[in-house]
Amino acid sequence: MKRPLNPRTREQLLGSLYGWPMGGWFTIFFTVPLAIIILYSFMKRGLYGGVEFTLTLNAYREMVNPSFAMVLVRTIWISVTATVLCLLISLPCAYAMARSKHQTFLLFLIIIPFWTNSLIRIYAWIFILSTEGLINSILIKIGLIDEGLKLIYNNGAVILVLVYMYLPFAILPLFTTIDKFDFSLLDAARDLGATKFTSLRKVMLPNIKSGVSTAFIFTFIPIFGAYTVPLLVGGKDSTMIGNIIVDQVSKTRNWPLASAFSMILTLVSLIGVFWMLYTGKREEQMKKDGPKRTPQALESTVKAHHRAASKGAR
Amino acid sequence: MKGVEVTVERVTRSYGDFKALDDVSVTIEKGEFFSLLGPSGCGKTTLLRIIAGFDYPDSGRVAFDNKDVLSLPPEKRQSNTIFQTYALFPHLTVYENVAFALRLKRVDNKTIDAKVKEYIRLVQLEEHLYKKPSMLSGGQKQRVAIARALINEPSVLLLDEPLSALDAKLRQNLLIELDHIHDQVGITFIYVTHDQSEALSVSDRIAVMNKGKVLQIGTPYEIYEAPATRFVAQFIGEANIFECTILSCEPYEEEYLMKVDVPALGAVIQVTDYDPQPIGSTMDFTVRPEKVRITLAPPRTTKAEVNILKGIVEEPVYSGFQSKFYVKLDGVSETLVKVYKQHTVFLDDGPDIEWLDEVYVSWHADDGYLVKDSSQ
Repeated sequence: MKRPLNPRTREQLLGSLYGWPMGGWFTIFFTVPLAIIILYSFMKRGLYGGVEFTLTLNAYREMVNPSFAMVLVRTIWISVTATVLCLLISLPCAYAMARSKHQTFLLFLIIIPFWTNSLIRIYAWIFILSTEGLINSILIKIGLIDEGLKLIYNNGAVILVLVYMYLPFAILPLFTTIDKFDFSLLDAARDLGATKFTSLRKVMLPNIKSGVSTAFIFTFIPIFGAYTVPLLVGGKDSTMIGNIIVDQVSKTRNWPLASAFSMILTLVSLIGVFWMLYTGKREEQMKKDGPKRTPQALESTVKAHHRAASKGAR
Repeated sequence: MKGVEVTVERVTRSYGDFKALDDVSVTIEKGEFFSLLGPSGCGKTTLLRIIAGFDYPDSGRVAFDNKDVLSLPPEKRQSNTIFQTYALFPHLTVYENVAFALRLKRVDNKTIDAKVKEYIRLVQLEEHLYKKPSMLSGGQKQRVAIARALINEPSVLLLDEPLSALDAKLRQNLLIELDHIHDQVGITFIYVTHDQSEALSVSDRIAVMNKGKVLQIGTPYEIYEAPATRFVAQFIGEANIFECTILSCEPYEEEYLMKVDVPALGAVIQVTDYDPQPIGSTMDFTVRPEKVRITLAPPRTTKAEVNILKGIVEEPVYSGFQSKFYVKLDGVSETLVKVYKQHTVFLDDGPDIEWLDEVYVSWHADDGYLVKDSSQ
């Protein structure tokens, strides 16, 4: 007679069974392509696209090129500016949403843009910003200006549209963390002498760190790899890494170089994800048991504290 | 005295149709331990938040030592609050939580260190200085909250049900500790609670509130022994309370002895009061269960002012140090009179009283009390 399995083992077996389709999917459509890209970045470029199977570092050598370096620097500053703007706008937004009585409605409003294709939304911005666009024609009509301002096809327009596109991705994680924040802490801080702003900075901000880092990653990584926005609303000097990759694949047909550039993107995303995991874990750890409870550990924290205190006094 | 006098004058606060505070006036003296007592939703926390500056009244005036404070934000008031949920900063250690107010004032580190240690000693948390709040028990958290509020050296300490989240034993201990701390720092304490025994045991004076109104302000003794309204009588302690009509009134020692008709008891009983009451008027008669004696035999007394009624024990409730009996009186169908009986073992306590025993309940006319305001 077959002995029935212990329920725990059974569950574990079932769990891995259920995990297989997902694992298979990710392996075939995610890990394998990624491996191919990694491999291609070390290959020799084929004459008409594709690669020749000879190992070489040519692609990475080609990357060391002043014009590509310019693009990299530009990508970084555009991404950082857009991300910081996203965070600065989304913090008060998320705070207001968390304190509002109409949370569901506001969440709904945040989600509405996703119902429209992103390309269409970018084209809408072109319509708004172009020389004969909405803003310019209004300004001309009320007589503030005589001819259209150059609002589009520059880095400013790229940043503006990027912020617009990725704002919801910053607001949503911030909203969920702020919603869990205990607002009576703000009362307590003010009671102890903090102004409104100080209480937000010294009490709320440290307690919603995980939300801020999530929001940062959710916006920074996609912005860093953006290519449609700089392509459609950017000018000649708005090329970002994403555009280079597209060009290398479809125009120049230098697949190894395209692969090498996407390796940079992957690397940046990985750093971001690991940073998020690290801060998240550390926060959880702190919440769970604080510093280690052994007497030695306690003594060392006490000593460290005294050292810091005496340094401050001096 | 280091505290300030807190004056609340005709304060009204409503949320939409709901009147949280309805024309409330209270004067809290310097250095007093003053309690705001009432059921949840009576407006006591709203009043505290108005004094602290977290809420703003629709009309009225709040002053510390006769200086208006309503225009000041919470951080500019000489008051500090201890919150019901402690509201400790989870990202800071106990030390930094307590140091928070001083760090904001940019006090130098040496002074901060000395002060933090002083106040941590006051609340006996020396071993927990460098722990995060999440590692502390409820009682310890509350102590941190106390130290954190006191380090600012406020003139008024506002306590918003500070012990309600703790278990009963701990609550008692912390309450006594709070009383000691009050004696040491000597500032005005305003203590919000719904627990009448807490309020009775530590307060200098109590304001009993219900439905946004202050019903009575007085010492714990006055509140318990001479409740001004029917609500106060019922809310504080336990009470037998019945409607009655005054039949006669004559001087008795320094008071007046009245005969009153109590339909619920099915009897005419005697009760004393300091003031003569108009004959024929109706009010509420009340007698506390611990002031009523319960016996199997008719009580031997020669005093004419003792009320004696006969009945049957409907429900005995044993609770260790005492028992509570619900006695159904002869001749009335509904009324149950609550009576306490202490259990002494070696003193002659009389035979045990059990379910359905025929008993006599008796109390002196002086132990009964007439509640003048039965409308609230």
